[in-house]
Amino acid sequence: MSQTVTIAAPKRMVELTVDGETVRVLDGSTILDACRQLGVETPTLCYGDTLTPVNVCRVCVVELEGARTLVPSCSRKAEGGMVVHTDSERVRTSRRLVLELLGSSVDLSLAPDALAYIEEYDAKPERFGPDAATVAQDVKIDNDLYVRDYSKCILCYKCVSACGTDHQNTFAIAVAGRGFGAHISTELDVTLPDSACVYCGNCIAVCPTGALMSKAEYDRREAGTWDEAGEEVVTTVCPYCGVGCNLELHVQDGDVVNVTSPHDHDVTSGNLCVKGRFGFQFVQNRKRRR
Amino acid sequence: MADLRLLEAEPSAEERVAIDVVLGAPEHLNGHRVSRSDRTRRHLLLPALRAAQQRVGWVSEGALGYASRRLEVPPAEAYGVASFYALLALEERPADVTHVCTDLSCRLAGATVPHGARPSPCLGLCERAPASYRTVAGLEPFELQLPETAPPLPQAGEPSLRLLRRIGAGVDPESLDAYIAAGGFEALRRARELGAESVVREVAESRLLGRGGAAFPTGTKWEAVAAQPAQPHYVVCNADESEPGTFKDRMLMEGDPFALVEAMAIAGFATGSSKGFLYVRAEYPLAHRRLQNAITASRELLDGFEIELRIGAGAYVCGEETALFQSIEGYRGEPRNKPPFPVEVGLFGKPTAVNNVETLFNVLEVLRDGEAETRLFCVSGCVEKPGLYELPFGVTLRELLELSGARPPKAVLLGGAAGAFVGPAQLDLELTHEATRAAGLTLGSGVVIVYDEDADLVGALLRIAEFFRDESCGQCVPCRVGTVRQEEALHRLAAGKPHEDELQTLAELAQVMRDASICGLGQTAANAVASAIVNLGVFAA
Repeated sequence: MSQTVTIAAPKRMVELTVDGETVRVLDGSTILDACRQLGVETPTLCYGDTLTPVNVCRVCVVELEGARTLVPSCSRKAEGGMVVHTDSERVRTSRRLVLELLGSSVDLSLAPDALAYIEEYDAKPERFGPDAATVAQDVKIDNDLYVRDYSKCILCYKCVSACGTDHQNTFAIAVAGRGFGAHISTELDVTLPDSACVYCGNCIAVCPTGALMSKAEYDRREAGTWDEAGEEVVTTVCPYCGVGCNLELHVQDGDVVNVTSPHDHDVTSGNLCVKGRFGFQFVQNRKRRR
Repeated sequence: MADLRLLEAEPSAEERVAIDVVLGAPEHLNGHRVSRSDRTRRHLLLPALRAAQQRVGWVSEGALGYASRRLEVPPAEAYGVASFYALLALEERPADVTHVCTDLSCRLAGATVPHGARPSPCLGLCERAPASYRTVAGLEPFELQLPETAPPLPQAGEPSLRLLRRIGAGVDPESLDAYIAAGGFEALRRARELGAESVVREVAESRLLGRGGAAFPTGTKWEAVAAQPAQPHYVVCNADESEPGTFKDRMLMEGDPFALVEAMAIAGFATGSSKGFLYVRAEYPLAHRRLQNAITASRELLDGFEIELRIGAGAYVCGEETALFQSIEGYRGEPRNKPPFPVEVGLFGKPTAVNNVETLFNVLEVLRDGEAETRLFCVSGCVEKPGLYELPFGVTLRELLELSGARPPKAVLLGGAAGAFVGPAQLDLELTHEATRAAGLTLGSGVVIVYDEDADLVGALLRIAEFFRDESCGQCVPCRVGTVRQEEALHRLAAGKPHEDELQTLAELAQVMRDASICGLGQTAANAVASAIVNLGVFAA
């Protein structure tokens, strides 16, 4: 039986200018790809290296000559002849104010990237006064594996994408509500045990602000025993099934506190299942270890 | 998605029947098994939720669960959709609800919200302000726009009228025969004689610009859709008219519904589309009835072109074309990033021509005599004769105000909440795209709201800020948080308790919302406020 094999046409290169420098990128690349190829630092928050861009945070905006508004570099495809400016006053103003809007409404204390950008862009979230509305709310602790602190949520949609069609296809969470009241939610805001959640923790793996966190990490932080500086990362392969997911065991004071997988791993793209992510108790069984 | 976890709550018998009327009877009695084809029917989610609410007054867990099971929509996503729309209630409430407009024109008319009623953004009934909208759920649900009667069309019967010539002129809007007797369906016949390419060329040559607010050339849009190799093509009529102060499309649809059906069929013919969606905001029940009647009665005349009426559920942002697609497809009305533009990737990912109602009415005029030289203006506020005016381009704002018996204005809001305020010194402004653009203004959707000396301008600004805060979809940061910060700053200014330099903060918010928001809502959310500060000196020290 003969079979038709379709071979895609070879990709063209497109040439554009970023901050006065010419750069050639593969057709289909984004402006962000072009920036990174040139080594032009571009802040991103909702962009994820394993996720489809949703371009909602707007910190990656750049100025594109001929465009009425700024454009999101993470999703705008590079086209031949584009002239892009990433460090104009207009770009800096937008990035700074967007960071101020986030910083004034969300607890960014565990969002290292956002904090670094705030410093870099000299953003002053306090400019909106002490009464500026925030998304502050109680932490949701409804299971033994991970907690959800939406006071820290910048609504980057990464967890929704990871839970949905980008990775997990579980669809336990979605964005609900509207405007400033928009929030990540299960159906009718039921608890995770009542939802479709399978505890793969792939949402935690992509959360850029610490809004989603393993219970192990949360408890240590609450108890004041969290020791990120003293953390050791041990790489291994998941022992549960034959897929062969690479694991990174994050170990503090002899205990596994988190498990992740490298984003550039062919098999996982950073994703794990509930066993790989949370099934590490047996490693710590003192009796067995002796 | 066979292992999708579903909401287990059962609908009541009433809810089940109401949803089955929209979705058809389930293949299995318990409704838990869906056929393969159901998985492509997500676009029926909003109609199903609306049907359940019309039956029992709200969307219960059982109704939400049943609709999501029938359509295999993950329950979290179905909840995300249901909670997006202001008119869908996710908590039990009385079957009879009155929504009282508290928006710009109705505020000027002294609107108050009685106990038990709900405040509402602009209901598009500005010519009869103060207005409200009553929804009554039940076996025979009904909806009512109040007051029920409107003042007559100010220019009714005048020979200069083109777009409005059949309205209030004795042509029964519910009769196909009356429409045909008044010259109806001649434009469609002429279009077929000309051929699709010539129709597109005539529309392009007429230089017709879209009347929804963005003023994009209609001919260019149609040409682009017609040329797309991807199939099928769609026509979408954007009748989600929700810009505060705008009621023109409602009057066209209520008064001359067959004309819209004819114009959509022409758009379909010209762009090679055999299917059109007509998306009307929820608050226009009379228009829904008359349009559905016109669609049904005209079916034989449309040569296989099908029109499906879709009804919103309370979301201004769904007037943004890509949010409108999302809404039709059964998703949250969150605008998509452009490019790609709808002419390439539109409804269901296919090439789509989206046109506003007034734009499509102009197409009939273009095919009649090649011209689209008039513009509709929705005049309300401090005027003696509020209503819809049709004028040739080039008339000045002063002339329009004289025609409508406006009291001497302190300010005029031009183009709606997304438009701008002009002061008494700018009344000689010509009402053309060119002149308004040169003055940094916009005709927008043709809104003209007049504020006299005694009117509360600061109150109007606070309302506009509240409107955008309420209507932001919440997707992008500049709009989601920016509209909140804008409103907070205005409240502090209004109370005389500014924090640091509020005017500087507002100016910067305006720039960044305009520059960095995804869609037109965020990009224009600061326009009116900024214009009041710059043009009128509101809050000047």
